[in-house]
Amino acid sequence: MTVDISRRRFLQTTAAVAGGAAVLAIGINPTGAIASTAQQGDNLSPFVKIYPDGTVSAIIKHLEGGQGTATGLSALVAEEMNMSLQDITFEMAPADNKLYANLAFGAQGTGGSTSMANSFMQYRTAAAAAREMLLQAAANEWGVKPSELTLKDAVISGAGKSGNVGQFVAAAAALDVPAEPKLKSKPEWTVIGVDQAARKDTPAKINGSAKFTMDMHLENQMVVAIRRTPRLGGLVAGFDDSAARAVQGFIKAVEMPNKKGVFVFAETTWSAFQARDALQVEWDFSAAEKRSSAELKAELMTMVSSPPEFQASKTSLAMANSAIDNAAQVVERDFYFPLLAHAPMEAMGATIEPLADGQVVLHDGAQSPASGHAVLSNILELPMDKVKVNTLYAGGFFGRRSTPDADYLVELALAFAVTDRSRPVKLQWSREDDITGGYYRPAYAHKVRVGLDDEGHIVGWDHRIAGQSLFKGTPFENFIVRNGVDHTSVEGVADTPYAIPAMHVGLTDQKGPTTPNWWRSVGHSHTGFVMECMMDLCAAAAKADPVDYRLSHLSGDSADHQRMAGVIRLVAEKSGWGADMKNGHSRGLAVHKSFNTYVAEVCDISIDAADEVKIEKFWAAVDCGIAVTPDVIRAQIEGGIGYGVGHVMRAELTLEEGVVSQSNFHDFETLRIYDLSDIEVHIVPSDIAPTGVGEPGTPPAGPALANAIAAVGRKLVTHLPMTSNGVSFS
Amino acid sequence: MAISLKVNGETRSVDVDPNTPLLWVLRDELQLTGTKYGCGIAQCGACTVKLDGSAVRSCQASIGDLEGASVVTIEAVDGAEAAAVKQAWQELDVVQCGFCQSGQIMQAVDLLQQGRVLSDDLIDTFMGGNVCRCATYTRIRAAIYRAGEILEG
Repeated sequence: MTVDISRRRFLQTTAAVAGGAAVLAIGINPTGAIASTAQQGDNLSPFVKIYPDGTVSAIIKHLEGGQGTATGLSALVAEEMNMSLQDITFEMAPADNKLYANLAFGAQGTGGSTSMANSFMQYRTAAAAAREMLLQAAANEWGVKPSELTLKDAVISGAGKSGNVGQFVAAAAALDVPAEPKLKSKPEWTVIGVDQAARKDTPAKINGSAKFTMDMHLENQMVVAIRRTPRLGGLVAGFDDSAARAVQGFIKAVEMPNKKGVFVFAETTWSAFQARDALQVEWDFSAAEKRSSAELKAELMTMVSSPPEFQASKTSLAMANSAIDNAAQVVERDFYFPLLAHAPMEAMGATIEPLADGQVVLHDGAQSPASGHAVLSNILELPMDKVKVNTLYAGGFFGRRSTPDADYLVELALAFAVTDRSRPVKLQWSREDDITGGYYRPAYAHKVRVGLDDEGHIVGWDHRIAGQSLFKGTPFENFIVRNGVDHTSVEGVADTPYAIPAMHVGLTDQKGPTTPNWWRSVGHSHTGFVMECMMDLCAAAAKADPVDYRLSHLSGDSADHQRMAGVIRLVAEKSGWGADMKNGHSRGLAVHKSFNTYVAEVCDISIDAADEVKIEKFWAAVDCGIAVTPDVIRAQIEGGIGYGVGHVMRAELTLEEGVVSQSNFHDFETLRIYDLSDIEVHIVPSDIAPTGVGEPGTPPAGPALANAIAAVGRKLVTHLPMTSNGVSFS
Repeated sequence: MAISLKVNGETRSVDVDPNTPLLWVLRDELQLTGTKYGCGIAQCGACTVKLDGSAVRSCQASIGDLEGASVVTIEAVDGAEAAAVKQAWQELDVVQCGFCQSGQIMQAVDLLQQGRVLSDDLIDTFMGGNVCRCATYTRIRAAIYRAGEILEG
């Protein structure tokens, strides 16, 4: 997604009077212009605030769920304010769709690895404007020119004078906001690109004080748990709460207005869970899912072997077939990807707090604060200005805290609505709710046929994909779906950077059993695996080295080819690609572009006498443009590798007649510390505008492992997870 | 039934169903929310606390069995090992979302208090029950070694 904004359109300030003291706040007004509080009052979403005591605060408009948003956005403000990352503070932004719209979505939200791309100009420009206004205010007071003064570490000095920025806040706030503040140039940077461990959220997260959504505890609150249908799509036909009444702290059980379950209100979380489990519920399964995973998988495999429903490429199936039919050899494989839960450590939940004046506050680790705002306003029939959103830390999300139907927020609002609205209501999901809840990365199948000429070059490629669409039937359908193709089902294939002639991409939608939900790296979570396994198979058929083979299909002058080839060369160099491996050891390569970031990974493994595989080390090279906070980037690539490879190894959800077979971490198996002990990440130096890092580390990890296992002469595993398809891990 | 126990050095009395897990007493009754609920079945380690000196999963300890017991949580864990672990976690910026980290830190402190020579196998054994869905595992491992160095001076 391209983020192109003219600075002239976008800056403005505020000299708001907060708690009786003037604050210099600069951000954007509803028209997207940079403004100050003096001009806009409350109608401004600040990116930076400077308080009379000299505190400089970055206002974080994207959710901090571990990706390092708070640190990255703070770094941008610290840079233009000429201060250290250690000295700046941060605050979470309130919900405001118009004011904090993510330029990529047109609504406030976090996703698609867009936070840094979106904010890189916004935050620097706002902070540069604040710097210029503070210098101007000081210059006016001292009767000197602003050019004689400098701002550093919150102190303005020059012309023989010196003073803390706090004392100029009121005067600066009354000034006009510069239309085009001068940004520091790259050689002047002292924060951006500095390699340091300086996460702003570390101190609170190592002493237990960080407040997550689950940690909200309000006076007189009720906790609500939900007894949900065991079979996806079941509805409540009736219930008996006599056993639940015996649970200490039980308040009441109420059928959900949409019949999807029964609300169980109690004084504490434990009481709510106990009473929920004690409830006797009669279910109506007449419209529920009855199919099992084996059937659903068979349907997907048939779909990819049949003519596709939609064409997602310029090249037709007939054109690709004709090229492949004339090829010297054909490489063909099918692939299967199971249902996956996001399973963030913090299960879903949120709290609604009623205020005395009829307002309500939503306390939520909100991936889409504006969505929560609208949901509460609609369901509680309150005007938008009576609903406030307090954004808390999210205990991971990986896409889960945002769904097209705002599931857990709707549940919470419905629960609050069936009370007399006098007490705060806290919704808490259990881990079992999370694993069996039906909001999943859908299952997908791929089938690929590639024709090679007698020198091993690709001459034709037929790629079929089948699975549930993430966006069809949602309010976002019109933005994403073109000619029947949900782009997120084919991204990473239809727009591959590889130079592939006669490439046909076909898509067939499955009417699936679950609620599809974007999952870390979205379509790339399966397309990256398929593309990179196929490239290795083609290289093997061509008797070429995997690095050389990929580079030979990335030999153009385009930025895409240069950057994709760049990360391959860097990871090859750093990992010593081509060196002899120890007996029983092997390695695999994968590279993928997603969210405009390029990542190449090498996975080193060993296989012991018992035929058990152990991952020895991952190497990664990433090109995400300018590296704003290098250590945060490395951490995201490390985590992305773990998330990608962990699910490929062992994770799947299966259905038996519409009932999810797994329920918690004992059977939805997650990566553990002994699975992955060493990762080395290298960042490509760049002058290009920054792109995201939260997701792009994930897609190459699985295929790098699969290719490493195949490199010792074993069959390439193309149906996942690996442990259900013949691979054991030590 | 009122139960008295020592939490972070203070005697606290709670009157709840004796089957209530310590986890929920800490979180809902005492508002010590640094201890996290992750799975409720001892599969993730997010609720790890010190109970009479040992690291335990607080989701598995019923409050009715804890009369007179002594509990230490992330909010108050101290001593040389805890200081070293927190310093190492800070130096290496281990955390991402941070939700599991209270449990990781409590478990790592317990490991270092064993006073054994650190090795990958020992770390795997001690930390294998603590899940981090952000996969900060390589940094957790590095930080445990770093904490060991700090302790050795």
